[in-house]
Amino acid sequence: MSNIPLNIALVGNPNAGKTSVFNLLTGMNQKVGNFPGVTMDKVSGTFREDGTTANVIDLPGTYSIYPRSMDERVVFDVLSDQNASDFPDKIIVIADASNLERNLLLFTEIQDLGLPTILALSMLDVANKNGLNIDLRALEEEFDTNVLTINGRSGEGIPELRKKLCEELPSSDRLFYDINLLSPEIIPVIKEKFGLENDYIAYQYAQQTYSKSFLTNEEKAFIADKKVEYNFCDRQFQTIETVERYKVIRDKLSRIVTKTNLKSTSTKNLKIDRILTHKIYGYLIFFSILFILFQSIFAWAEPFMDYIDFGFAKLSAWAKLYLPAGVLTDLIAEGIIPGLGGVVIFIPQIALLFCFISILEESGYMARVVFLMDKIMRKFGLNGKSVVPLISGVACAIPAIMAARNIESWKDRIITIFVTPFMSCSARLPVYAILIALVIPNEYVFGFISVQGMTLMALYLIGFLGAIFSAMLMKKILKVKEQSYFIMELPIYRWPKWKNVWITIFSKSKTFVFEAGKIILAISIILWVLASYGPGEEFAQAEQKIRLEHPDLELESPEFEDLLSAHKLEYSYAGLLGKSIEPVIRPLGYDWKIGIALITSFAAREVFVGTIATIYSVGSDAEDESTIKDKLRAEINPTTGQPMYSIALGVSLMLFYAFAMQCMSTLAVVYRETKSWKWPLLQLVYMSTVAYVFAFVAYQLLK
Amino acid sequence: MRSVAQLKPGEKGIVNNFTNEYISLKLLEMGVLPGTEVEMKFAAPLGDPICIRVSGYDLSLRLEEAGTITLS
Repeated sequence: MSNIPLNIALVGNPNAGKTSVFNLLTGMNQKVGNFPGVTMDKVSGTFREDGTTANVIDLPGTYSIYPRSMDERVVFDVLSDQNASDFPDKIIVIADASNLERNLLLFTEIQDLGLPTILALSMLDVANKNGLNIDLRALEEEFDTNVLTINGRSGEGIPELRKKLCEELPSSDRLFYDINLLSPEIIPVIKEKFGLENDYIAYQYAQQTYSKSFLTNEEKAFIADKKVEYNFCDRQFQTIETVERYKVIRDKLSRIVTKTNLKSTSTKNLKIDRILTHKIYGYLIFFSILFILFQSIFAWAEPFMDYIDFGFAKLSAWAKLYLPAGVLTDLIAEGIIPGLGGVVIFIPQIALLFCFISILEESGYMARVVFLMDKIMRKFGLNGKSVVPLISGVACAIPAIMAARNIESWKDRIITIFVTPFMSCSARLPVYAILIALVIPNEYVFGFISVQGMTLMALYLIGFLGAIFSAMLMKKILKVKEQSYFIMELPIYRWPKWKNVWITIFSKSKTFVFEAGKIILAISIILWVLASYGPGEEFAQAEQKIRLEHPDLELESPEFEDLLSAHKLEYSYAGLLGKSIEPVIRPLGYDWKIGIALITSFAAREVFVGTIATIYSVGSDAEDESTIKDKLRAEINPTTGQPMYSIALGVSLMLFYAFAMQCMSTLAVVYRETKSWKWPLLQLVYMSTVAYVFAFVAYQLLK
Repeated sequence: MRSVAQLKPGEKGIVNNFTNEYISLKLLEMGVLPGTEVEMKFAAPLGDPICIRVSGYDLSLRLEEAGTITLS
């Protein structure tokens, strides 16, 4: 066996159990990378067998080689780019045995690409329960391939699959469906131009010219010209091809599959569906699940978040104490460590969110949620599939926006991405918490409904309404000719596979830490520099100044240090920025101090609390809420003589935080997902305007 | 001509043809082919989308799309 790693691509229909096979093959040896040229996550993993290292790429689930969504484009790209470093040597097609006909369509398309292909049958137990008997030997012969069976739950069949992958496999040159029947002229031309050997790949170059990421514009133009020259009709050819493939598959299957009775799982499924999509119970169950989800994200994650917060504060203090004093130590202790903490603190919430989402998806329930919500969402220019991003947005907009990828319609997807940041994410929670505690009386209506709790709920509702109404607005504005459709498989109900759930939690958290983490960390460092340096004498001579003003204070005493850092912040670059935007934010009731907090909030909204703490010289280590609250409560508005943090200011600030786009990481993700600066910029302008208007109206009315 | 959108829950029909080429491409891939039997199973609470059974599995689609599938 050679030392050159073996590249294996894993292909299959959605819900066919592809992820289970991938997880069983590679275990935790997985990593998430990027496909070149497209903004898709590439999930790959490795395993070793007989001294050979195999590198497995898990391709997005698809029903055919013709792409519909962003996800699906990747499949043909990877399978046809012979110059790529990870061009597969072998392909495994996972097929759901209980649904063989539709799964074999993809298999025959993949097989015609000419690479050695193995057919791995999953869910044979379900097929048998449904009364389907599959003659595996006949399947191998009729489809001219190697067939293996795999149990995604117990892992049976995985060792055999590994072994088979390391053997020499024959690749068949014979096409399952001879594509030359459709377009005999264009295939040789494309084959020659691109040095291709396989007829079906050449044909797909013509079918998928514009979604292929590795072709240059000139090459695309060449193919487009030839298509006109030879009268290549994409859709008509695709129709004929699909129908013909199914014809042969059905004919062959009649000699492979024997049916006895055709009931069990189907009737059991129908019974569950009767309840879960019932007009009353259906929504009731859905909202109960949502309620538990929110509860867990906020209540269960909190202790972990507190530990993380505490741990990073300790680490920061430790760094200050033990590292040699200097700029570098300050940067580490005040910039980098809190910046990292700001990333890590979201892991509990993200892990819990993805735990729920993957259980809901694995069990087949998520498809029913989409089914239940489609009609309602459509009214607002969204799609049933927008539900998942919107729900995820409550934890964090970043993974939520990435979850919009499986929406096939471009318009629906853009609208979903655009409005998702309106959902109140967990970073807003600390801001809401402190403002509510500050301005909303801790009283109860009817003795048990907390006014503060109601306010918090209202803020979440406002975020949701902001999303819905913005979607409606965009539906009106965006004029696209593209046809939106909703055709989705309702998979059978199954118990979630816990291994898959764990691996999802692990890999999503890891992606978040590394992808979003990089940006958050960078911004934290920039903000630290802005807040730690300033021009002019006021900043340079801050110490002398404080000493003059407060001769009674001991040097290096905590009070002195707090006053010093407050003074420094006021005259730092960040402070100057805050002052320079003061005229703009004054109508909202804000002063330059809040201005600084607004600016620093761009790294992450929850930075608001820390910044406010520093500005009011609460002291960097006394970040506990009651101290901050007392300080803020004592703050007097110089023009009115009333407390600065009045109801008007509090409500204005809360509304501002509810609507404003104050998250660099989200903007970066929107850019990555839409491949254009147009959308993140529009989002920034639009959301800030909405925030400004609402905050302005609220302040002026309540003042 | 009757379409899949007009089927009542529990009713079956045989697919004849499609009235929208773009949507038909997706439907064909999903195994909804002329000559295939489809059974209307149930509708979502608001009457739309619906769930049909076709070639051994459950497929959901909007009434709008179901209306493009004509029955023989």
